[in-house]
This record gives sequence, C-alpha cells and structure tokens, in this order.
Amino acid sequence: MNALNQILAHYNQWITIFLMVSGLYIVIARGNMIKKLVGLSLFQTSVYLLFLSSGKVLGGTPPIVAAGISVYTHPLPHVLILTAIVVGVATLALGLALVVRINEAYRTIEEDEIFAREDKA
Amino acid sequence: MQAQLPALQVVLPLFGALLAAMVRRSRPAYGITVIVSLLMPVISWLLLVQVRNEGPISYVFGNWSAELGIEYRIDLVNALLLVLVSTVGAVIIPFARKSVAAEIPEDRIAWFYSVYLLCMCGLLGVAITGDAFNVFVFLEISSLATYILIALGRDRRALLAAYQYLIMGTIGATFYVIGVGMLYAMTGTLNLAMIAERIVDIETTRPVLAALAFIVVGISLKLALFPLHVWLPNAYAYAPSFATVFLAATATKIAIYLFVRFLFSVFGVGLVFTDLPVSFILIVLSVAAMFGAATVAVFQSDIKRMLAYSSVGQIGYITLGIALANLNGLTGGMVHVLNHALIKGALFMAIGAVVFRAGSCAIEDIAGIGRRMPITMSAFVIAGFGLIGVPGTAGFVSKWYLIIASLDKGWWWLAFLIVASSVIAVVYVGRVIEVAWFREPNDALKGVKDPPLEILAPILIMVFAIVYFGVDADLTAGLASEAAEALLAGLR
Repeated sequence: MNALNQILAHYNQWITIFLMVSGLYIVIARGNMIKKLVGLSLFQTSVYLLFLSSGKVLGGTPPIVAAGISVYTHPLPHVLILTAIVVGVATLALGLALVVRINEAYRTIEEDEIFAREDKA
Repeated sequence: MQAQLPALQVVLPLFGALLAAMVRRSRPAYGITVIVSLLMPVISWLLLVQVRNEGPISYVFGNWSAELGIEYRIDLVNALLLVLVSTVGAVIIPFARKSVAAEIPEDRIAWFYSVYLLCMCGLLGVAITGDAFNVFVFLEISSLATYILIALGRDRRALLAAYQYLIMGTIGATFYVIGVGMLYAMTGTLNLAMIAERIVDIETTRPVLAALAFIVVGISLKLALFPLHVWLPNAYAYAPSFATVFLAATATKIAIYLFVRFLFSVFGVGLVFTDLPVSFILIVLSVAAMFGAATVAVFQSDIKRMLAYSSVGQIGYITLGIALANLNGLTGGMVHVLNHALIKGALFMAIGAVVFRAGSCAIEDIAGIGRRMPITMSAFVIAGFGLIGVPGTAGFVSKWYLIIASLDKGWWWLAFLIVASSVIAVVYVGRVIEVAWFREPNDALKGVKDPPLEILAPILIMVFAIVYFGVDADLTAGLASEAAEALLAGLR
C-alpha cells in the first residue's frame, strides 16, 4: 500500500515519463515522416510537464502579485517553458515545411519508399 | 564599449540576419554578411586578450544578478571557441560569394546569408553564455538554421538529410533540456557556475546522475560522437559547399565545447572521471570512431561524404583527449578542436572549389584534376597531410599531445592505436591524391582551371595556418593548454 501511494504521489512524473517514452517510440518506430514529427512533438511536450510540475508549489496560486496571497507557484519554469514552446513550434514548423518539400521532390513521405528509391538510383 | 562586447558578439549577427532577410536582394545581403563576419573576430580577439589579462569576464543582462537573470561568462575556454568560430567565419567569407551564387538560386541567396548569420549567432551564443537554459535556446537557434542551410543544397537528398538531422538534432537538444530540468530541480539555479557549486553536496543522488546521462547523450548527438553520428555524413555531403565548410569547421566544435564544459566545469572531474566509468566508455567509442568511421571513409565515392566520415573519425581523437582527462590529453583535444577546424575547413573549401569549377566531387569525375587545378589540389594535399598528422602540419601537434597523454597514463597500446588509425587516413587521403594527380585528365575536365582569387585566397590562408601551426605551435598549443588547465581546475 505504501509503495502504491509512493507511485500515485508522483503521478505527474509518471505522465511525463509516459509521454516521453511514447513520443520517442513513435519517432523511432514510424516510417511516415508526419507521424515521426508528431512523436517528436509529443517528446518535446513531455519536457514542458517535467519543468512545470517541478515548479508547482502545492496550494500556491499563479505567480501574480495580489493582496492577501503569500504562496505563489515558481514563475521561472513557466518563463522557460514559454521559450521552449516557441522552440518546439519552430522545430515542428520547419520539419513540416521540409516534409512538404520532400513530398514535392519524391511524391511520397514514407521513409522506406524513399530509401528504396535512393538505393536504386 | 569594451564592457558591452559580450552582448555585441551575439547581437551583431542576429541583427545582421534580420537585415539580410529584409533587404531580400543577394548583393546587399552578402555585404551585410561580410561586415558582420569581419567585425566578429575583432570582438572575440578583444575578449580573449581581456580574459588573459584580467581573468574571466562576467556580463549580466539588464543588470539582473546572475541568480535571477542571464549571465554571459567568458573564460579562456570559451574565449578560445569564440575566436575560432569568428575567425573561421571571417576567413571563409570571401569564398562564399561565388560559391553560393553558383549553387543556390538567385532568389534564395539573401535567405541563405540571413540563415547563415543566424547559425553563427547561435553557435557564438552557445559558447558565450553561462546559463544552462540559454545554451538550449542558442543551440536550437543554430540547429534550426543548420537544417535550413543543409536543405538549401542542390540535390534532393539534401532535403532528406536536413529532415533526418532535424529529428536527431531535436532528440539531442531535448535530451539536453531534460538533463537541465533535472539539474534545475535539484539545485534551483540555471547558472552553470552556481550549479557547479551546489552540485557538490548532492552529486551522487539519482537525479543528478540521470541528468549527467541525459546531458552527455544529448550533446553527444550534437557533436556526432560515434555511434550517434549517422546524421552527419549526409548532412555534410549534400549541404551547399559553403555551408559544409562553415559547419564542419565550427558546429561540432561548439558541441564539443559544451561537452567539456559540462563534464569538467559543471559535474567536475572527480565525479565524472573518477567515480563513474565515463572515461572508459568514451575511450571505447573514440577508438571505434577513429577506426570505424575512418574505414567507412575509405569506401566513399563522393569526396565530400568521405571527408564527412573522416570528420567523425577526427572527432574521435578529440573525445579521446577529453576522456584521458589529464593535462596533455585535454590540451591535445582542445588543440585538435582548433587544428581540425583549420584542416577540415581547408579540405572542404578545396573540394568546394572543385565543385565550383568541375561541377562534381565524385571521385571518378576528378581523375587528373591536379593538372587542371594545381593550386587547389596542392592545397588539398597539404591539408590532407594535416589530417593524417604528418610532422610539420598542425595535425601532428594534436596527435603528439594525445600520444604523450596516453604514455603519461602508461597506456602504450592507446598510443599505438592513435598511430595505427592515422594509417587509415593515409589510405583515404592517398586515394584522392592518386586519382587527382596520377591519372590522365579526362575530356570532361577540359577548360577547368584554378578558381578565382577570392575562392583561392581563403584556402591558401587556411593551408598556411595548418603549416604554420604545425611548425610553431606556441600560440595554438599554448592557448589550448591554458584552457585545459582552466578546465581541470573547474569552475568552483
């Protein structure tokens, strides 16, 4: 029972790990270039959770100064993750743009088909 | 003015990139790039001189204390890297104009220069900043710019190479930021020097060890440590020649800087090399790179690809020096960072010149090209000697330090492996020399001659530097050994 409580108490970490591993698995296991990018995004998103949940103070309010409130959630992780989200969006956008160009050049976005074609050439 | 130099080092290329993107036309964009590229080394050399005279520089943004804000911190190690990146950028910029005009459609040239400056901004930023998260941001700026530079290559396989690098590079950067997140959760700070201070008491806790693992693997992807190098050969082979020159000379070197910064300055020699088997793992992987990647290089038919595989092997020498973790080894690693940048810069530029004139760098297409482009190919031969480590070239100096360092440890077998792996370089460099110089030129090369001076001059400057620093290594090896001492002393 104690061990179960231990596990449940860190549920945020388990969600992080689940997202991280499933994202990475999709990147490795899928041959479709769009699906790979989806996996990559999932993988990056898990990091947002890792940072944000470690900055959360139990019972703390959003970090905005207001009368009568003394416990705030740590604001710095939010700022960092705001930056990381921008980076993630830029990466995803560039990745999708590349896939569009690859589709124009090869008429497919399946990696194994492209590699088979390149090996023949 | 002097006080603002650290900020200018990063802000100037950033604004240059914006300007180049706004003017949209190729000639003014190139002009902007030239101005920025020539100003960069002025700033970095001034910083290096200041660091040598007065010790590490700390620059806090917006006067926020380092605890709260972002601190730029420059010591000998990153001053050296700033000098390397900016000087290489200035030397190779004359090469860019005609090479880029020949390989990239007119309407994209301004974009190319804009992205090139962004890439430089990112690399300099990684080197200069003292904030772990800021490193991530700059790393991604340079990486995203790199993907675009690669994708601008002529071959459609360039798109594929860029896509694969994007996947691998993003995984690497995300691993890095996961590690930083754990360090942040444990120490409550992102400032590298403060992490180093606070980590001492908790260095055997599991999150710190996990952070070390994530950061090492993440950066290893970026620096193309064998076997995490698979993105590199295609990326270098299909990128535009000028982009390949710049990336080969600087991008992996910055990742190596980050690697040593974390291993030595943040986690500390005691934890990484004494308590954990990092040294053993690194030596195995480095030796595998020195032999494995170099052997693959022998069988490449495309010379750019061959040189790319050779880069993976050469990175093996650098990581070997890091893994030895003694003064001579680290000096050898750091001096090879400089020397390899010169050597690979010269080799890729020589091949870029061949592509410029002959339109191909496949080995069967360049038979006898030595007689058509004698100056270029002579430069290739000398730089190739540097790659092998022939005495009298810069490559010899690096290998000398590495061999001494292995003998210091009493590992004569490692010294033997360093010499033996150089023989493989003899084979792949020799193969190009044989085809280029000792075969009859074929008809396709009729009318091909040495490139114009603006392409030739940067090659000759680099080759001169390779020979000069091979004969008189006081400057390079001296700075590298000072940097190695600073690294071994740690940030604490």
